Amino acid sequence: MDLYEYQAKELFSKHGVPVGPQRVVTNPTDAVAAARILGLPVVIKAQVKTGGRGKAGGVKLARTTDDVTAHAEAILGLDIKGHIVRKVLVTPASEIAGEYYFSFLLDRANRTFLALASAAGGVEIEDNADTLARVPIDPIEGVDLAKARQIAAEAGIPEAAAPTIVRLWKAFVAEEATLVEVNPLVSDSAGEIMALDGKVTLDDNADFRHPGHADFVDTAAEDPLEARAKSKGLNYVKLDGQVGVIGNGAGLVMSTLDVVAYAGEAHGGVKPANFLDIGGGASAEVMANGLEIILSDPDVRSVLVNVFGGITACDAVANGIVQALRFLGKVDKPIVVRLDGNNAEEGRRILEEAALPAVVQIETMDAAAEHAAKLAAGV
Amino acid sequence: MAIFIDENSKVIVQGMTGAEGRKHTARMLAAGTNIVGGVTPGKGGQSVEIGQKELPVFDSVGKAMADTGADTSVIFVPPRFAKAAVVEAIDAEIGLAVVITEGIPVHDSAWFWAHAVAKGNKTRIIGPNCPGIISPGKSNAGIIPADITTAGRIGLVSKSGTLTYQLMYELRDIGFSTAIGIGGDPVVGTTHIDALAAFQEDPETELIVMIGEIGGDAEERAAAFIQQNVTKPVVGYVAGFTAPEGKTMGHAGAIVSGSAGTAAAKKEALEAAGVQVGKTPSETATLARQAL
Repeated sequence: MDLYEYQAKELFSKHGVPVGPQRVVTNPTDAVAAARILGLPVVIKAQVKTGGRGKAGGVKLARTTDDVTAHAEAILGLDIKGHIVRKVLVTPASEIAGEYYFSFLLDRANRTFLALASAAGGVEIEDNADTLARVPIDPIEGVDLAKARQIAAEAGIPEAAAPTIVRLWKAFVAEEATLVEVNPLVSDSAGEIMALDGKVTLDDNADFRHPGHADFVDTAAEDPLEARAKSKGLNYVKLDGQVGVIGNGAGLVMSTLDVVAYAGEAHGGVKPANFLDIGGGASAEVMANGLEIILSDPDVRSVLVNVFGGITACDAVANGIVQALRFLGKVDKPIVVRLDGNNAEEGRRILEEAALPAVVQIETMDAAAEHAAKLAAGV
Repeated sequence: MAIFIDENSKVIVQGMTGAEGRKHTARMLAAGTNIVGGVTPGKGGQSVEIGQKELPVFDSVGKAMADTGADTSVIFVPPRFAKAAVVEAIDAEIGLAVVITEGIPVHDSAWFWAHAVAKGNKTRIIGPNCPGIISPGKSNAGIIPADITTAGRIGLVSKSGTLTYQLMYELRDIGFSTAIGIGGDPVVGTTHIDALAAFQEDPETELIVMIGEIGGDAEERAAAFIQQNVTKPVVGYVAGFTAPEGKTMGHAGAIVSGSAGTAAAKKEALEAAGVQVGKTPSETATLARQAL
């Protein structure tokens, strides 16, 4: 899960990283009230989980309360790379003597952690790649003051930042983040260090150790179908196409989406409407929950159920589909089913005999995707 | 020959007495795997009957190895306890640890990987979040269904379980020397490159099928490795062309971040290395047939 800047800074603060005062508001009136408490001038910052806010007009300096109102009005509701701004952060404008870049992240390629630091902060990281110090961090040894000083020295950032670097590492480990990024990390004329921005990605697999992380979920910004699927324990991602997809196994479902998209090229450009992995078991209940979510998506015009029976036997999956459709009652969208692998013939026979009006069986994945795309295109 | 496991492998199961462990132990036995025991702390000295075989249970991996000569462990321990189980296998210096468990926090995986390296890499780790490894007709360490394929001359390495099964099934008439699912997590022990290197050396393997998916740059690095080191034909497949940026697609590691980790970049890198890449799993199977 990615956090908003204000959440990242709350988390930093909890681990002793200096962040300065901040207020999160959802309307211009509250922004003015926040500015009065914090003291002008203030900076109004769009809270969106994407980069490039500044370039998109999502970060503005306000010297007067009129500025605050005008900027908050302009920023709230702004569309930044498909993210609608619903909250803005109000912070006092800081005196900045030096701006640096700092992050800890998971280095997948080397299967370890990495510190990235640069004395050229405040700009997009891609723009200062050549100034970036990359220091591998051993997950067992971690980052102590000596290591933090080494990182600072390699990057050419003040040694005074070292204690803050150690605290950022503590936050990274304690919260089980895969990314903790500060851009910019700043120093003022007195040499005090502060995180002026924050970006954090938390490892969802570690949620069981962090019940408090559930509070970071922004339910208002969630896609309603995704939220409903999540509440039913389904692994679902909403996409922008017309063919609903259910399959077993993340790789097979990703592949199914691609095959649908290829097939769709010849059928008016129809595309997959979602990712939904019902996993190994594929029980009737999971199948019913999955079909229910997909059939309730108004964008969906046809459904493709693509199951390869490995451990799961296709007869069990077929029974699941039959029970699911009986449970759901009348279904007004065509459902293309491809069953292959373990007990596929028995599974196909079960579906055949059930004679469900919505269901069409196709034996291969490519042909099933082609048929589902054709049905979605209405041909 | 085969890679990493064969008919001589002596396999123990960590978490054998749990529901998943028991179910898959029975399946592995049915596939001909030489399972010599299980490990469940606190249940040492007991035995369980699985698939008409009486299997001893040990308190620790070290004890199981000492008593049975086990060289491979398959780990079905829940995420909360998986790190301790893997560390125990590493400390016992077992040759191969296959971590099936899905949902292990990545800080735990990074930690046990660092531990394995610090211990001199005596333990090969496969996974986590993987279906395991099968050398058909010889040994099956994990949850790959053995009966959908046969022994033969293709080596397969994949991030995805079900895509592995799909290709194993489509190419069942030719058969497989070894098929290995390396797992869909951001940190995995055995990589595409490790498997490619072993298949290149394996006399039984004539062709390699490599399946990748979005996220990270493992496929790009594998492509560079192929160009330098692999003389056997390699056929590839990459899943996730339609995945949107910033969304995790089922596997914890399957995410396009900014412009990094896209399927298009992976396909391009593989093709530049002379790997034929199929548009669909079935087309990939056809390419494999043609290449043989």
